[in-house]
Order: sequence, then C-alpha cells, then structure tokens
Amino acid sequence: MTAETIIQSLASGLLMGLLYGLIAVGLALIFGLMDVVNFAHGEFLMLAMYVTFFLFTFFAIDPLLSAPLAAAALFVLGAVVYLVIVRFAMRAKANVGMVQIFATFGLAIVMRGLAQLFFTADYRSVPNSWLGGKTVSVAGIFLPQPQLFGALVAIAAFGGLYLFINRTDFGRALEATREDPGAVALVGIDKNRVFALGWGLGAALVGLAGAIMASFFYIYPDVGASFALIAYVTVALGGFGSVFGAFAGGIVVGLVEATTALVLPPSLKSVGIYAVYLLVVFIRPRGLFGSM
Amino acid sequence: MDKSFTERRRRELLVAACLTVAAALVPLFVKNPNVQNIMILTLMFGALSQSWNILSGYCGQISLGHALYFGLGAYTTTLLFTKFGVPPWFGMLAGGAISALIALALGYPCFRLGGHYFAIATIVIAEIGLLLIQNWEWAGAALGIEMPVRGDSWLKFQFARSKLPYFYFALALACVAWFVTWWLEDSKWGYWWRAVKDNPDAAQSLGVVVFDSKMGAAAVSAFLVAVGGSFYAMYVSYIDPGSVMGFQFSLLMALPAVLGGIGTLWGPLLGAAILIPLTELTRSYIGGSGRGVDLIVYGTLIVVIALARPEGLIGLFSRRKGASR
Repeated sequence: MTAETIIQSLASGLLMGLLYGLIAVGLALIFGLMDVVNFAHGEFLMLAMYVTFFLFTFFAIDPLLSAPLAAAALFVLGAVVYLVIVRFAMRAKANVGMVQIFATFGLAIVMRGLAQLFFTADYRSVPNSWLGGKTVSVAGIFLPQPQLFGALVAIAAFGGLYLFINRTDFGRALEATREDPGAVALVGIDKNRVFALGWGLGAALVGLAGAIMASFFYIYPDVGASFALIAYVTVALGGFGSVFGAFAGGIVVGLVEATTALVLPPSLKSVGIYAVYLLVVFIRPRGLFGSM
Repeated sequence: MDKSFTERRRRELLVAACLTVAAALVPLFVKNPNVQNIMILTLMFGALSQSWNILSGYCGQISLGHALYFGLGAYTTTLLFTKFGVPPWFGMLAGGAISALIALALGYPCFRLGGHYFAIATIVIAEIGLLLIQNWEWAGAALGIEMPVRGDSWLKFQFARSKLPYFYFALALACVAWFVTWWLEDSKWGYWWRAVKDNPDAAQSLGVVVFDSKMGAAAVSAFLVAVGGSFYAMYVSYIDPGSVMGFQFSLLMALPAVLGGIGTLWGPLLGAAILIPLTELTRSYIGGSGRGVDLIVYGTLIVVIALARPEGLIGLFSRRKGASR
C-alpha cells in the first residue's frame, strides 16, 4: 500500500463523507426540532433519486440542474408527511417514541411499495450526465466529478443552513420552537407551521443529496435502506439534534469507511463505521457534539 | 396484596390455559397446510414479540437489534446440526445460552447509553453480526446454509410430511414466553423493570439496582428470542444471514408488541394474531404480482394502527382506561 493509494482513498472518503453529512443533516434538523427520528428518511432519498431520474429521462434535465427541483419536490413531501402523519403521531398520549418510529416505518414500507408498483423493481441509472464518469486530477489525485460537485453542494448547503438558522426570522422561530414549543404560541408563532416548514426543509436537504447520488449510484426501490442506516449512525455519532454534528459526523463516517476499505474486504467496509460509532458513544454517551 | 389483584392474576392464567387448549385443538380440524403455516408463524412471532417486550416493553430499553439473537439461535442450531450432527434440541439450548451471554456482554457497555443512542447501538451491533456472518465462508456466507434432510424424527426435529409437530412446538414456545412474562410481571424483577422504565433516577434512589435489572431483562429476552430462532431454522430448514439477522427482522419482531400494546401481557400475542395472518394473506393474494401492493397495504395498516391506537390494540379490550397496564 503506497502513500498515494492512502491519500487517494482518504480524498474519496472525504468527498463521500460530505455527502453522507448532507444526507443526514435533514434527519438531524428534524430530530433537533422535535425529537422525532424519521424512519422513512432513506425512502425520501430514494424518491429524490427517482425524481432526478425521471426528469433526466423524460425532459433531459441534467442532475446538476434538477437538484433544486428535487429539493422542492421533497420540501412539499416533507411538509405533507408532517401535516398528515407526524402531527398525529406526536399527539399520542402513550408510547410517543414507539408510535412515531412505527408510523414513519409504516410510511417507509408504503413508499417502497409505491416505488415498486409505479417504477418497478428494475435498477435504473442516469447515463451520460454532464459529470457522470468524469474525474479531475488535483496534484496527482483523481477525484470523481459527481462526488466533488456533491461535496461542494454539501458545504454550500451547510453554510446556507447556518445562515438560515441564525440570520432569518424563520430560523429564529425554528430555534425558539425547539427550545420551548409551548411558549412560542404566546408570541404568535404557529408551532405546526414551524414544524411543517422544518420537515419540508429537512426533506429538501435530503432531496438535494438524492439528486447528486442519482448521477453515480443505481436507483431502485430499496436503495434508501442502506443509506438510512448510515444516516442514523452519522446523526448519532455527531450527537442527536446537532446540525454541525451531522456535518462532522458525515466527514468522520466517510473517512472511516475509506480507511476500513483499505484494510478489510469491501463487503466489510461498514464494520469500521459501526465500530467507530460504538467507540465514540462508549466514551462520549451523547456523541461528538450532542448537548447533555 | 389486595384480593382483586390476585384474582385478576388467577383469571389471566385461566384464560391462557383455555386459549392454549383451544389453539391446540384447531389443527385437528384445520388441515390446510397454508393455514397451518400461518398459525405457526403467528405463534412464533407472538413468542418473539413477547420476549422482545420483556426488555423493550417492561424495562423500557428499546432494542432495534434483536435480530442478532434470533440469528444467533438459528445459526448455532443449524451449524451444530449440519457440521457436527448435534441434535437441534441441544443446539437450541446452546443458542439460547450463547445469546444470553452475548446480551450480557453487550449490555455491560450499552446500558449506560440513553434513549436513541441505545437504540442505534443495538441496530449497529446487529449489523456488525450480520456483516460478519455474511463474510464467514464456513457458515455459508451470504448464500446461507441448508439443513440436510435426514428423515422424520423427533430427535432431529424434522418432519417432511406433517406440520403438526412444528405447530405444537410453536404453541409451546408461545406458552413459555407468555408464562415467563406472567410470572415475572408480579416478581421483584417485574416491579424493578417498570420502575426503571418510568424513571430510572427515582428507581435508583429507592434502591432498585437499575443496571442489574436491565441486564436481567436483556438475558431473559435474548435467550427466548434465540430459542425462537432455533425453531425457525428447524422449521424452514434453510437460513441466510439477511433473512434471519437483517435490520428489517428486528423491526418485524417488535411490531406485534407495539401494535398490540407495548409493555402489556397480552399485547404481543394480540398484535401477532392480527398482524401475521393479515401480512401472510396480503402477501399470498396480492403479493405474487411482485408489484408492491402487499407492501402498500401492510405499511398503511401499520401507520393507521400506530396513529389510531397509540397505546396498542389491547386498549380496545380494557374496561376502564389504563386497566391493561
């Protein structure tokens, strides 16, 4: 193993890690806002990938351009899911935790079934997109362009999210609702509206990730499952509720995955991620940046 | 101890005995193998969910990785039988013991974690187990492993022609899981677990050894689930890592208890009795097309029950509010 191979795989790991962060940040945002873990998060990603695929197939819109459209579509989906399902799951007087897990898990199964019904179980891909299959060479290291673009989008999205939460009225309403959902009603903030917009925003972020993923990954009804698992680990590793934690968690997960792939067979590459998660929470039970 | 409470406990035992006898008579009249298969699966999932309920329902430690113990039971039994000719009865006990020990070893670091961090840790550990088995050539790797057919025998627990022995075994398993829960409910442990679930800090200050009671619940729960896994391996005689140790299976195991009534004595069996026949019927009637309609029906059912009956379907049976607890 040469130094070059190591640097090469760490560089790819970093790019992939930023994408993992982008996939996970919506989950972290929603959790931070209202303590709900969305078990249909992977299916949101799957749907965004299909949206990108169909925009490409029927309207020849490149994933680069359709990313905002996928994000918009997912925004609507997220808000609707909150208003139709999650809002009622949170009203449960008993077992709120389990009710919301299984309400969103049921939704995930429905979405997978719908995808099979309407899109069939075939593996799809977006061939010949502008960036697909192309690489750039930076100081002798080859970086795949779709992942590089994805990483840049992820950084931009995190920057935008930071400004959004800290600099806008809605961002402040989001923070206030998360601090005390009861008290915000007194200052005229509609809790349900904030939550719905929070779900929309969280889903839009995973929509963005899905559009990028579609340009270099196969698209099929069950594609969300494996990424969802990585997203949960990313969020927990960073610390539940911390948006910055999801960003850092994603980078750690990407780098650990790449490092594991260097020493273990590829089929075992996730073992490294899982082991690092356990190691981190055994030392810091609230993840890297979780609040106590 | 007030009289009505003792009476209720005795009545529960009586109801269980009647249900067992009634269930035992059913296959004498219902000979259709497909229906018998559904009954066997219902009893098995009832037993699994009842066992999961001990740790996650009574003690409040939500495990989303119980497929690990199910898979360990299934693999221990299958490997001991196919590689060394050890009868499945022994493999079942070995699988249960191994699972209980692993549950204790994992509980030691994991029970310090709270809420979601604990749940994610259970998922992650089960996934590590899954990946290791998928890459373990000797154990059949990702393709899985088949039980060789050696002819009908009680010693080897193989019956090619009749499903009845499997049915009665599954019934016995469900009875054992129910009875263990019933017995523990009114034991020192049962009260400790509910105290730990409601408020661990208060429980600790009242002298409940929180850590030990979580460990006890984990060991009992893992042992019973592993026995269920052994049974499943013998029943279907072919196992592969994805179907016995996958994340999906952990959720499927928890589902009957959640829909029936988590942390209740009858919830898991009630949930299984409704959910499993519905799942199997939708799968066989509309699932064959491979178009996902069965998934849509099944998923919708889960969402609707979860939203409409957050305390579980058992709530429909209790005369006054909270009587089921």
